[in-house]
Amino acid sequence: MSNETNSATQLSYLDYKPKKGIWAWLLTTDHKRIGLLYLIGMMIFFWVAVGIGFVMKLEMLTPDQTVVDAQTYNSLFTLHGLIMIFLFIIPGLPAVFGNFFLPIQIGAHDVAFPRLNLLSWYLYIIGGLFALVSLHLQGGPIDTGWTFYVPYSIRTTTNVILPLLGAFILGFSSILTGLNFVTTVHRLRAPGMTFFRLPLFVWALYATAWIQVVATPIVGITILLVVIERVLHIGIFDPALGGDPLLFQHLFWIYSHPAVYIMILPAMGVVSEIIPTFARRTIFGYKVIAFSSLAIALIGYFVWAHHMFTSGMSETARFVFSLLTFLVAVPSGVKVFNWVATLYKGSIELRAPLIYILMFIFLFSIGGLTGLVLGSLATNVHVTDTYFVVAHFHYVMFGGTAIVFFAAMHYWFPKMFGKMYNEKIAIWATPFIFIGFNMLYFTMFILGYQGMPRRYWSYLPEYQELHIISTIGSWILIFGLVIMFSNLIFGLIKGRRADSNPWGGVTLEWQIPSPPPHENFEKIPVIDHGPYDFERFKNENKNEIDRS
Amino acid sequence: MEKEHKHNLIPYGTYFLVWLSLISLTVLTVSVAGVDFGRIALFLALTIAAIKSTLVINYFMHIKFDQPIFKFFLAVALATLATIFILTSTDVFFR
Amino acid sequence: MKSTEVEVVQEKIAEKQQEPSHSEHTHKDFFGAKIGMWLFLFTEMLLFGGLFLAYMVYRLQYSIDFVIAAQDLNLLLGTINTIILLTSSLTMALSIAAIQRGRKALSIFFLLSTIGFALAFLVIKYFEWTAKFHHGIYPNSPELLNKPNGEIIFYGLYYSMTGLHALHVVVGAILLLFMLLFLWRNKIHKEDYIKLENSGLYWHLVDLIWIFLFPLFYLIH
Repeated sequence: MSNETNSATQLSYLDYKPKKGIWAWLLTTDHKRIGLLYLIGMMIFFWVAVGIGFVMKLEMLTPDQTVVDAQTYNSLFTLHGLIMIFLFIIPGLPAVFGNFFLPIQIGAHDVAFPRLNLLSWYLYIIGGLFALVSLHLQGGPIDTGWTFYVPYSIRTTTNVILPLLGAFILGFSSILTGLNFVTTVHRLRAPGMTFFRLPLFVWALYATAWIQVVATPIVGITILLVVIERVLHIGIFDPALGGDPLLFQHLFWIYSHPAVYIMILPAMGVVSEIIPTFARRTIFGYKVIAFSSLAIALIGYFVWAHHMFTSGMSETARFVFSLLTFLVAVPSGVKVFNWVATLYKGSIELRAPLIYILMFIFLFSIGGLTGLVLGSLATNVHVTDTYFVVAHFHYVMFGGTAIVFFAAMHYWFPKMFGKMYNEKIAIWATPFIFIGFNMLYFTMFILGYQGMPRRYWSYLPEYQELHIISTIGSWILIFGLVIMFSNLIFGLIKGRRADSNPWGGVTLEWQIPSPPPHENFEKIPVIDHGPYDFERFKNENKNEIDRS
Repeated sequence: MEKEHKHNLIPYGTYFLVWLSLISLTVLTVSVAGVDFGRIALFLALTIAAIKSTLVINYFMHIKFDQPIFKFFLAVALATLATIFILTSTDVFFR
Repeated sequence: MKSTEVEVVQEKIAEKQQEPSHSEHTHKDFFGAKIGMWLFLFTEMLLFGGLFLAYMVYRLQYSIDFVIAAQDLNLLLGTINTIILLTSSLTMALSIAAIQRGRKALSIFFLLSTIGFALAFLVIKYFEWTAKFHHGIYPNSPELLNKPNGEIIFYGLYYSMTGLHALHVVVGAILLLFMLLFLWRNKIHKEDYIKLENSGLYWHLVDLIWIFLFPLFYLIH
């Protein structure tokens, strides 16, 4: 290696600038920079959607009109869902932390197709812009709900086509990321990095990437068919011409249910990273967790029609899908038990990332258990399409994925930026988030149980008390989020320097400088041990581990 | 990496043979389409199509000569397709 | 770890270190590129899979209407197009076989014929569609709307499936034109023909889809 490349590899990825000014970012093929590009885009969309959620909850303060009219409310819940799902939670962890850490964790210089990776980001931004542009066109913002159910979505006069195409493009972006990750894991593992020496985050991303590749095309074609139906009236989804709306629901959920696992699997991977680090011991049941990721990906494919129990499917299908749904609880339960078993008798260090993870385990368990209520046919009929469902998926998606996203931000922040945030404030934000979250969403379980239907703009006065508690909860939650995010941004600007391994982690990203050099590794490491080998690490780096 | 790429060269003749079989299968499927096989007609047509695609995938797309991982990948994709069809059938065939 | 394993691993790493860094894009992983291409093909398969699923549902629901509607399709043109596409797959495979042996001119000849067959397929498809349009059978036409629901759906599926397939033929032909350029300029040669190989895979997939479209639309009696 010449001296020139040597100095280039040692420069941190933030300082290495092969191109001038903004182009060093917009034309970068460095997986770390692309990860940050995603993070920036995602944070913008996330706060837009939080803002919309805030207005929705404000509207629910009184039984009749509070701040917006009914049609606006329809658009608000559609946009809140669209942005949160397609622009935040689905790409979320893989695109930001997967891009940043997958190559590092397997000991590679970059992903398999760096330029394709950049293209994915551009597609992501273009897809997002499509959705945003549609708001300002004649006809008004889309009001179908994020599920685009036909026949309403082919009849409504609002702008449906543009956000649909946006979702199609986002699907493409998601596919390309998945394709890139599968190839990367197969081709670019460092010497000695066998499949069973991969960190569990990589396992989770690998399983996720497969779902992205084999599930997303289905929603792609579904969306295209709705667009074609609207433009050409081919009849496929139009009951007036003989089309079958149930077919749409099948096609839609064939993707959108596995998509739930695209959202949650990487989060589970992050949990499996953070818990060993702060329990200072190897993960309990490594292989079981690795395989449960694959099992969830697999079974996640068999259960889509449990979203359609009341839509007029055959008895046989309802029975089969309800039965299969219960199977998913098994690998998910396996994971939760393994995490708790890892904590048991570990020397636990209660740092900020771990506190977010503990919050996740609590909230996700509630979300998961209420999922069983929805998964069984008899109870499903009573609570389907009520606030119970809304509460359930917010516990799983927000309490699950988004909380883990926050945990990941706190865990990898010092590595990504080489700086440290104020940990005390990060911990102080958690009670606000936790209390606000439960006030906001647990009341919805009760509301739903009492019969409050979802997506309604007005409601009967007897529900008001709980709605008020819920709305106040949303304020506390947002307050907590603001504290958390401003603390991170402040840390980014003014934080003290972080050293290369502030938590005493043992996976590969902690063995390189913070922020990582442009090429990640000066020399590709040779791996001769498992990912969470704390014993070995302790002997080798006694000094470093003692610092805590 | 060079080693992985250089598989055995497949003779031109093999491709011609495969093409011949594909054409004959096409002729066969068209000519039996007129015959009244009743319920199995669709099954027959799809079987011939499946044989044809096996030929294309194995020879033209080289799956037969490629590393086993491609066969495994293909199996995953086909299993996914099969799952979708079978589970949707539990609804539409029993409505 | 056993000492032998360490040695093997260290040899491997020495190999890796010699390769230029990734940012220069000089080193190529042909195997990786092929994995990427196959994964992409799977997404295409599932994209059409969704349409085939729709076909299954409606064929079950409207089996008689489907038979009636299918009588109006031109079996002769459909068969010719099938043969054209199969032959184009052959010339595609031969083009790769030729470049594997370093025979550039032959490879270009076969690639040109593949593109020629692609155009022939599209021309025939064009005549088929326009003939249908002349009979007033196109989506949302008054003629079609008068027919029973099953026939409307049949033609809805026919146009969207063969349309999407034709779109893939167009994309494939454009892709192959680029490959022709690369071959011409020696960017694709005996040692490095992964681009041609991957484009070939795409082209065969287009053929594969047609293999299933053909009996499902033209051979219903």
